Amino acid sequence: MKRLLTGNESAATAVKFSRAQVIAAYPITPQTSIAEKLAEYVARGELKGRYMKVESETAAMAACIGASMAGARAFTATSSQGLALMHELLHWASGARLPIVLVNVNRSMAAPWSLGVDQNDSLSQRDTGWMQLYCETGQEVLDSILIAFRLAEETHLPVMVAMDGFLLSHYFEPVDIPSQEEVDRFLPRRKARFRLDPKHPSTFGGGVSSGVLYDLRRKIQADMEAASEHFEKLCTGFSRAFGRSYRPVETFQTEGSDLTLITSGTLTGTVKAFLKGNRQGPKVGLVKIRMFRPFPGEEIRRALKGLKRVAILDRNLSPGAGGIFSQEIKASLLGLEGAPSVVSVVGGLGGVDITPEHIERLVKELLSRKGSPVETLWMEA
Amino acid sequence: MECPRLHEELVSPGHFACPGCGETIAFRHVLHALGKDTVVVTSAGCGSVVDGYYPTTASKLPFFHCSFGTAATTAAGVKAGLEMQGNRRTTVLAWAGDGGTFDIGLQSLSGAAERNEDILYVCYDNEAYMNTGVQRSSATPKGTWTTTTPKGALEDRPKKNLIAILAAHEIPYLSTATVAYPKDLEGKIRRAKKMKGFRFIHILSPCPPGWVYPPEKTVRIARLAVLSRIFPLFEIENGNEYSLSPMEEKMPVTEYIRAQGRFRNFTEEDIAALQKNVDRAWEDLVARSRPARGKG
Repeated sequence: MKRLLTGNESAATAVKFSRAQVIAAYPITPQTSIAEKLAEYVARGELKGRYMKVESETAAMAACIGASMAGARAFTATSSQGLALMHELLHWASGARLPIVLVNVNRSMAAPWSLGVDQNDSLSQRDTGWMQLYCETGQEVLDSILIAFRLAEETHLPVMVAMDGFLLSHYFEPVDIPSQEEVDRFLPRRKARFRLDPKHPSTFGGGVSSGVLYDLRRKIQADMEAASEHFEKLCTGFSRAFGRSYRPVETFQTEGSDLTLITSGTLTGTVKAFLKGNRQGPKVGLVKIRMFRPFPGEEIRRALKGLKRVAILDRNLSPGAGGIFSQEIKASLLGLEGAPSVVSVVGGLGGVDITPEHIERLVKELLSRKGSPVETLWMEA
Repeated sequence: MECPRLHEELVSPGHFACPGCGETIAFRHVLHALGKDTVVVTSAGCGSVVDGYYPTTASKLPFFHCSFGTAATTAAGVKAGLEMQGNRRTTVLAWAGDGGTFDIGLQSLSGAAERNEDILYVCYDNEAYMNTGVQRSSATPKGTWTTTTPKGALEDRPKKNLIAILAAHEIPYLSTATVAYPKDLEGKIRRAKKMKGFRFIHILSPCPPGWVYPPEKTVRIARLAVLSRIFPLFEIENGNEYSLSPMEEKMPVTEYIRAQGRFRNFTEEDIAALQKNVDRAWEDLVARSRPARGKG
């Protein structure tokens, strides 16, 4: 059944169908309507869970950690400063190997205050041990959350689903809503192997020797690497159940392209709109990065091998280094035979508009240059 | 006074506590009174370190180490998680020191108290950051020496009145206890265990290295804290129903102060000023309270 939903409504719908048992959240624009909707589902008895009206985002993650440690399925959503406030506990959740799912509605970081979208909030958390999935559409938000719970619970690692603030969180799109039975078949109830249980008492999270910590870190890396493949396996199952397929990296008409753009989030949709109107223009391809952690280096190398030229579009900035996707993609191309020449482009920070026309002008400019500049290019604002 | 006999120990020997540690004595009695159907959540502090290093653990109960400032919220999350899986019986205990309660954990504590989360929060108060080596906290009394309030800059503010803050949250149950009166302590834990909602017990836990006294004096010093009424024993239900616990005759503060090296800079005038404050607070507490229940 298709319905018109905002990205945030798609998220809340997915959490309801996932039968999350404990939801703890704190209001922050543009995430708030996810929390509101879930509070309403719980109040109406449509979701048999506990909605905890906690006093901060630190508390939201702490409550999820407690609930998840007790064996329950836990969820929270946040944005920007809220995610930053959780930082300490994001490490705690992954270190304790808790399968919490978090939706981050991307919004720029203060100061100064801005409500507009960029990805600096979630990308600042790239080293916390959370998987990260970036969404292009409302449908992808809904589907990603269903997949995220399974991915988290089967790998014992938390998952962050990221969507662009306002551009996705508040825009209505037709979204295919699954039935509860379909979701139950795909996502059974959580069965926690390790949990706080008075019948089988264990201690979790206490002091360890350096050697034990070292081993645990190696294990988290190995499990993260394996999670990439596991994600693809789950997506195959998801595709069979729901008819929609996803991959960590997706390519569109890259073969024989003069220039391929690499995007994440809603920027992908903008580039697709440009491509639609560009039937007569230069040959432009598109690579969409859905998964940022674990980093799909192998898939990226496969997608970019043999291409002439690529431009990485980053709606984020690591001051002093440039776009963050760009740094990681460039690093993954090191030593690749037939690697394309790469240009880094930053744009859209703080929610500055990027339209298909901007993309058209960018493509023209890039193709008019000989070779790729080393410095970061800035899109016109 | 007859001491409770610990038929079943839930804290094993071989933990990492210093000799004479008040926290460990308190923890042993708290777990004994709660019994096996309990989950412990502890934030960073002596209680976290003392339990042991992987693969050893002194506590025989399910035990989760949470971040420093989140004991109350994490415990509330555990309770919610258990309930949503159909387990309404298990007691969830948040176990935190004064730093994790009065300071970095105050927001979490206030949030959980205000929402009346169904947990038992016990603060073992040794009146400074002892685990990191004796730095002042907002629970450190005026005039105390610590490594961050050294001679020349001794603690110049009175101890934060956490009990008043929590009473203002109108929680179902709030009480004070100390390791010198284990029967009183265990009785309060048992009372609290039977109640629903947010319950808080404040345990004064003397610390030999931090308070600078010989380890064998822990119980004596805890007793002096009560006898001097520097740390009176009482209960508050629903934020305003005060009742005093049985206590022996009140005595002057001098012996309590002189028994501890951390107070070595107290002059006779300082002691007189402290006595005045203690007398005033005690009169105020007596005026608010119903007479003691039972006998001492």
